[in-house]
Amino acid sequence: MTAPDHASPAPGTPLLEVTDLAQRYTLPRESLFKPAAQVHALNGVTARVMPGKSLGVVGESGSGKSTLARLVMALERPTSGTVSLLGRDLNRMPPDELRRARRDFQMVFQDPYGSLDPRQTIVRVVAEPLTALGRIDRGSLRERVAVVLRQVGLRDADMDKFPHEFSGGQRQRIAIARALITQPKLIVADEPVSALDVSVQAQVLNLMQDLQEEFGLSYILISHDLAVVDLLCDEIAVMYLGRIVEQGRPDDLFAHSAHPYTRALLDAVPRARAGGIRRRRGAQAIVSRATATTGCPYAPRCPLADRHCRETAPALRSVGGAHLAACHHAEAVMALPPVIAEAG
Amino acid sequence: MSDAPLIEVKDLGVRLNTSRGPAQAVRGVSFALRRGETLGLVGESGCGKSVTALALMGLLPESAVVSGSIRLDGAELVGLPDAAYCKLRGNRISMIFQEPMTALNPMHTIGHQVAEPLRRHTGISAAEAQQEAIALLDRVGLPDAAKRIDAYPHQFSGGQRQRITIAMALACQPDVLIADEPTTALDVTIQGQILDLIASLVEERGMSMILISHDLGVIAENVDRMMVMYGGTVVESGATDAVFRRMGHPYTQGLFRARPRLGARKGTRLKTIAGTVPELADLPAGCTFADRCAIVEARCRAALPAVVDVGAAHGVRCIRTDVSMAAGGSSA
Repeated sequence: MTAPDHASPAPGTPLLEVTDLAQRYTLPRESLFKPAAQVHALNGVTARVMPGKSLGVVGESGSGKSTLARLVMALERPTSGTVSLLGRDLNRMPPDELRRARRDFQMVFQDPYGSLDPRQTIVRVVAEPLTALGRIDRGSLRERVAVVLRQVGLRDADMDKFPHEFSGGQRQRIAIARALITQPKLIVADEPVSALDVSVQAQVLNLMQDLQEEFGLSYILISHDLAVVDLLCDEIAVMYLGRIVEQGRPDDLFAHSAHPYTRALLDAVPRARAGGIRRRRGAQAIVSRATATTGCPYAPRCPLADRHCRETAPALRSVGGAHLAACHHAEAVMALPPVIAEAG
Repeated sequence: MSDAPLIEVKDLGVRLNTSRGPAQAVRGVSFALRRGETLGLVGESGCGKSVTALALMGLLPESAVVSGSIRLDGAELVGLPDAAYCKLRGNRISMIFQEPMTALNPMHTIGHQVAEPLRRHTGISAAEAQQEAIALLDRVGLPDAAKRIDAYPHQFSGGQRQRITIAMALACQPDVLIADEPTTALDVTIQGQILDLIASLVEERGMSMILISHDLGVIAENVDRMMVMYGGTVVESGATDAVFRRMGHPYTQGLFRARPRLGARKGTRLKTIAGTVPELADLPAGCTFADRCAIVEARCRAALPAVVDVGAAHGVRCIRTDVSMAAGGSSA
């Protein structure tokens, strides 16, 4: 699926490059005489996605993963840092050029009930990214919509129906069709299957895999489910309070976790198997990002934290090839026996 | 602990009036729980697990028709007048809901909300109820409970809010606790803490718990016995370990195989269950899973299959267990 008007990048150019991205939001002022507090939603995130490869972003709520998605989609301007698609900085483009550049990156949202306009027919919903790019005649529009609907496993006849006539899984297919219609190079999917039933979730994940193989798409897949990113991604970034704390290939990350937080996430996944006697995890204190610390942001929850951790924030560093971790004790964490992966 | 069941459900049926006509949301659900026992209900949306819970709580819409019997300590609850049900609800049977934000009233302080069931059911003074509420919030691990008693729900995080709803549910020391997807809205690390908390409270107070979840992992780790529901019927039930060791129903097996697993290589294809969950208003005659089953036969569609015993207290509602279980329904 190559369109002649798409600029093809020089080989070796990353499809997407985010550099030192930071985003701060100002909270409502609590006192008339004090400056309003700020939330550091994103704190110096650097990542790149090569064409046809996928990046998974995992972390708890409030870790900044959805903020990252909004910045990559150029829905907000970052406080500092850059987002470059095929070497072009999205935030320095003139508005008209950015609008045209949007055909290369599209988004699939979490809630298939909230993301489709209930009063528009499927053909209008799916064609909207195309019509936003410029005028297109009705006949070829319907043809393009029919093609993408077939690609996601729906029928041409579904075109003139309304969203309420579809199940959750079908709606998510429609949302994917809408993202595909501009023939993008990158799809940012924010929790694309978390609202779906298990049996339907598998269908949508398989579809996303097929589309990637067929069109050489890249995904940025945001999920709280480690198994989902493991299945679809070449690289995974684990985020905690606005920072990437560990990054690497799924094998490295899950078999040789270098950050205690990654281990905690893996350990917390309930295992579906016989003899699953409760594994008590012990209570972890809930910390908020408002408590600014000079040291490692994970230190208040970390079982390995010592004085050094509480005083000096660790930098993201290589712990073996492309495997990065932000932990003073990364080597010690990697030497621990792996958290047992699920059998079967 | 006595041997008599605390709660006994026999042949429970619920007929709901939906926009698409009457729908049999629950059919032939039976189980009994003794004090301290835990039961898991697992299934996808529309399988009837939440309707079963609402039937136990007496919270179904007035147009719903409930058949069968629900006995709490021998007393029949089906057909109980609402005033009598109000004396039980929040007192002897309590429920923890999925969404802690919608389960709490944003206009009242958390202290007021936790104390409310105490005031209503035990008739203690406001000051005593306040003290008890602080103790409860302390017990569920809310930091600085005494100071935060006058705070409103929006001032808490999702995990903290769920702790508050647990405190509300436990206020009157109920006999039966129903937890409907208590951790689905929470992060995986918080999920562990909340499930640990519920487990220790169930143990400490000798309650019976019914845990509803769509997550087989949550069920495997948290309950003694489980029931898999599909299309309003229980398709498989038994001791949790027995079911995970030898899954008998094609649906249970399909649900298990469809889950993405940690450690699966990129490019691994998930084994899907063909089709979608049927609408309750147009369930197929016969086995409710027939339209999506890989080993369906003509006789599956003739009548709802009876429960077949495939092990000690392990039942499967399938007439083809000889095939499904020979094909290797084992899990890990």
